[in-house]
Amino acid sequence: MTVKVSMNVNGKAVSAEVEERTLLVTYIRENLRLTGTHVGCDTAQCGACTVHMNGRAIKSCNIVAMQSEGADILTIEGVAKPDGTLNVMQEAFREHHALQCGFCTPGMVLSAMDLLKNYPDPTEREIREQLDGNLCRCTGYHNIVKAIKAAAATMRG
Amino acid sequence: MYSFNYNLVNCVADAITALGKSEDAKLLAGGQSLVASMKLRLSKPSDLIDLGTIADLRGIKVDGSTVTLGAMTRHAEVAGSAEVKKAIPALASLAHGIGDRQVRNMGTIGGSVANNDPAADYPAGLVGLGATIQTNKRKIAADDFFKGMFETALQVDEIITSVSFPVPKRAAYMKFKNPASRFAIVGVFVAETSSGMRVAVTGASPGVYRVPEMEKALAARFAPESVASIKVTDKGLNSDIHATADYRAHLVTVMAKRAVAAALA
Repeated sequence: MTVKVSMNVNGKAVSAEVEERTLLVTYIRENLRLTGTHVGCDTAQCGACTVHMNGRAIKSCNIVAMQSEGADILTIEGVAKPDGTLNVMQEAFREHHALQCGFCTPGMVLSAMDLLKNYPDPTEREIREQLDGNLCRCTGYHNIVKAIKAAAATMRG
Repeated sequence: MYSFNYNLVNCVADAITALGKSEDAKLLAGGQSLVASMKLRLSKPSDLIDLGTIADLRGIKVDGSTVTLGAMTRHAEVAGSAEVKKAIPALASLAHGIGDRQVRNMGTIGGSVANNDPAADYPAGLVGLGATIQTNKRKIAADDFFKGMFETALQVDEIITSVSFPVPKRAAYMKFKNPASRFAIVGVFVAETSSGMRVAVTGASPGVYRVPEMEKALAARFAPESVASIKVTDKGLNSDIHATADYRAHLVTVMAKRAVAAALA
């Protein structure tokens, strides 16, 4: 059986007939071909599949697409401006070399953006604690933490 | 994941009707445990009934001496609520410690309570505060609700609509968490309530339980030293790759001591 799912992804209305068991991440990657959202562990631990649903970071591998029926979804492809100007967080990741292989980066950026909504001026400890839904196996997190601190400072102005 | 039929409903009554139509239907709250277990093929519901669109099931109400959380209220909403933080800071802090940021943005109190994972945090909070679970049919005291591993007093056609917490004099929750899953290896909720002392333990055994000897000691004197020398039995406690029963028993005392200290701080 299939079901019709409709949502807004990166500001664009999209809709498709999908199997009920289609995960949100599968819909994003395979139907919409937005492959910046990654599947790492597929068990809701690593955070590589993080997207925003109605402004809050969630793990898109751990919900079925129908749970986002009618929702606003933001994926990494929608974070930069249409002209390619990087978002403050992306720019901070670039500036501070907060990535190595880059696999976890889309999830890290989206999770970090959500983090700053709740902690506009986070301490290093808060950043490390609040990033516990995202795993990185390359960087050791140091530069990621630096980047988030810098992005917070930029956003506070 | 096995295939299933997806049902979108707009009110609790429709959800109950949908539940009655199928033998293996399951209610979908935030899905942070259910979807994960379905992906592992540990769960095979014929139908999912999504409660996510029922507006009545969401919301936080603080009314004098009671905090009421709608069943579909997300952990992040409880953790971030200024009202909850003011009325029962221990409850906001418990919600803040569940899973990770993304899980807290989806997971709900009703889902957690109905699932009754033996290492979940909310069962300790409900039993520790002497909460009342409101369903579409009746009110159930937390002490009568949790029936051991993944089992509750809920009937097949019963849906949790809200959970009410009496505001305690003071309370705190301390957990020793598994750093990978963030579930409690042992979590202890301590509260001084108008109906007496309550000490509730999660993670240690197949289900949440109270520790009467600690409650008695705290009633005599509410201080960390009152529980520091109480050794709880390791009989019936969980033993796994993360911690032995003996170690969990030890942690119950340590976490209880820390919770009392936090409640006094």
